[in-house]
Amino acid sequence: MPKSGQGTKGPMERRTLLQREETRELFIPVVAVALALVLGAVLVKLGGKSPVAAYSALVRGAFGGVGNLAETLINVTPLIFTGLAVAFSFRCGLFNIGAEGQLIMGQVASAWVGFALTGLPAFVHMPLALVAGVAAGAAWGAVPGYLKARLGVHEVINTIMMNYIALYLSHYLVIGPLKAPGPLPVTPTIAPAARLWRFLPPTRLHLGVVLAVAAVWLVYYVLFRTTLGYEIRAVGQNPEAARYGGISVRRNIVLAMVISGGLAGAAGAVQVLGLQYKFLDIFSFTGYGFDGIAVALLGRNHPLGVLAAACLFGTLARGAILMQSIARIPKEIIGIVQATIVLFVAADEIIRRFIAPRRKAAPAAAAQAALNGVEGGADHGA
Amino acid sequence: MSRRTTWIVVVAVIVVLAAVYVAVRGLPTAKQAEEAQQAFKAGMVTDIGGLGDQSFNDAAYRGLERAKNELGAEINVVESKKMDDYEPNLRSLADQEYDITWAIGFLMTDALNNVAPQYPELKFGIIDSVVEQPNVASVTFKEQEGSYLLGIIAASMTKTGTVGFVGGMDVPVIERFEVGYVAGVRTVNPDVKVLIGYTGKFDDPAKGKEVALAQFSQGADIVYHASGACGIGVIEAAKEKGQGFWAMGVDSCQHHLAPDNVMSCMMKRVDVAVYDVTSKVKDGTFEATHYVYGLAEDGVGPCDETSKHVPQEVLDKVNAYKEKIVAGELVIPATRVELETFTPPAL
Repeated sequence: MPKSGQGTKGPMERRTLLQREETRELFIPVVAVALALVLGAVLVKLGGKSPVAAYSALVRGAFGGVGNLAETLINVTPLIFTGLAVAFSFRCGLFNIGAEGQLIMGQVASAWVGFALTGLPAFVHMPLALVAGVAAGAAWGAVPGYLKARLGVHEVINTIMMNYIALYLSHYLVIGPLKAPGPLPVTPTIAPAARLWRFLPPTRLHLGVVLAVAAVWLVYYVLFRTTLGYEIRAVGQNPEAARYGGISVRRNIVLAMVISGGLAGAAGAVQVLGLQYKFLDIFSFTGYGFDGIAVALLGRNHPLGVLAAACLFGTLARGAILMQSIARIPKEIIGIVQATIVLFVAADEIIRRFIAPRRKAAPAAAAQAALNGVEGGADHGA
Repeated sequence: MSRRTTWIVVVAVIVVLAAVYVAVRGLPTAKQAEEAQQAFKAGMVTDIGGLGDQSFNDAAYRGLERAKNELGAEINVVESKKMDDYEPNLRSLADQEYDITWAIGFLMTDALNNVAPQYPELKFGIIDSVVEQPNVASVTFKEQEGSYLLGIIAASMTKTGTVGFVGGMDVPVIERFEVGYVAGVRTVNPDVKVLIGYTGKFDDPAKGKEVALAQFSQGADIVYHASGACGIGVIEAAKEKGQGFWAMGVDSCQHHLAPDNVMSCMMKRVDVAVYDVTSKVKDGTFEATHYVYGLAEDGVGPCDETSKHVPQEVLDKVNAYKEKIVAGELVIPATRVELETFTPPAL
């Protein structure tokens, strides 16, 4: 990729805000979102509907009033967790496609602890149910992590398979041992003491959103402020070099998958403890885990980026409901917009090239490049 | 370099600002909102199967369309992407003050139980489940009665002596389909074998096809399904196997999906129920009760296309049993327990 390489050369990158690599990291997703929204508008127009009405319904559905805002945050919450889960494993060079399955196990475990124990005070029961969900997700992540570390089995294959095991295991549990009396495939309702506090009645907004933001901080802290995070990132960037530096690659791979799985499990836990109060057989994947991959990608695997990307995807998901209900735009349009964002972010070369060659043509830039052209683009990492 | 980047950022910001401006400007004025309130409005929230399932949700939508044509109702459909969406979806229609909001499917029972009390001045309806709230009408069907007639057709028409049943999830509604069908088969010929399979879901045609193909390979030549959108796959399976292999559809008339391979369809007139109750809201006679639609109410039964492939003598037999059921002389079992003690009647 000589062209983009050229684009990153020069010391100016260290000087002005707009030219720093971090800025460019930020701005590729922004351009991607803008392009996707334009494409969405074109599709709506082609479908004979008004893009104005569509997007105004989206904005109103997502932000119009306390109730809508609360629902938006409810949509954002699980995406923060699954986005963090995927991003965390990415940092260790692992592609955790298993957030979906880890989330399911988190749901089942939290529901089980939630209804099976009774008479506990809330300050014991709620954290216990939450921890159960995190632990179940972590255990579900540990298996592919261990297989990868010990036997070198690729985690992509394993996590996908673990998804299906989780799906069908949960199906078995909810029609079998954990089933509530009655016709529906559902667990009994969890005890009130296990529920996450809904602090803004009559909306469904619950403590999960606070926990999610706390998780963003926690992941940031662990990744960038602890030895563990340093080791995990080192393994992710270059396992050989990490090993040479005395870091146990195997140990860090397992740990990264455990933490990643735990975060995904937390997503499941807050959905059950804050929203559903029971585990209803899900039949097919909820999509939060897969959306988490997109969120991590869009957020450039940075906790704060994940937070922003989760807010965007959660907003789109929430807005899609009112786009259907008010503007009568099929929900698939939002799916297309989301997919386009991911496409542009994944294939960021498209946007880089869109910038780079013209940059070369700009006379001022060319002059600067000529002046400072010797310095290498060591910072062009992603 | 910096100029180029700055430009693009500026353009991106302008695009976003323009989008927000346009979005805000698009908000309806107070006058528009007032006009919208005056019209009679009926809406529905689909299950995750969604519109286009050629079955259950589509049938409900036909009921709404009829309300639009005959009652001048303003209608609207919201499709659910996830189960977490049931509540916000129902609420989104209620917030727009829809006079009646339909919850299509038993999976929405909990959601409606939570939402309905928050809008005491509005009406709600639910299909296939019973929600006891002062503003909710519940509609269930005697699926076993219609399925019984299809069982009679299947047992009369099979050449291999084996027929199949593909269910969605093993829940009471689908159990009624299965049990009625088996009872019908037994009534004609107790020696006919009935293969029973479940897909475990309602929204996956590929899974439906898989189960149906398995039954065909085990010797079945007619497969009846009650599995929502999975059934599209069941019909595809029959079509793929070709002549002599049959599917039986459900909820809507699915004959058009494979005219040469769909023998009959068990019409579950969700459309009739949706229209009836909606019109009651319009003329002020709405009651928050439990409506049951069976053969006697024309709520279930084989579709009109049945006569294309099924000879008159079989149809006569079907009609004879139908009359017995309508007259109350014959009660069709609705659960597997009841099926055990069911003695096939003689004509």
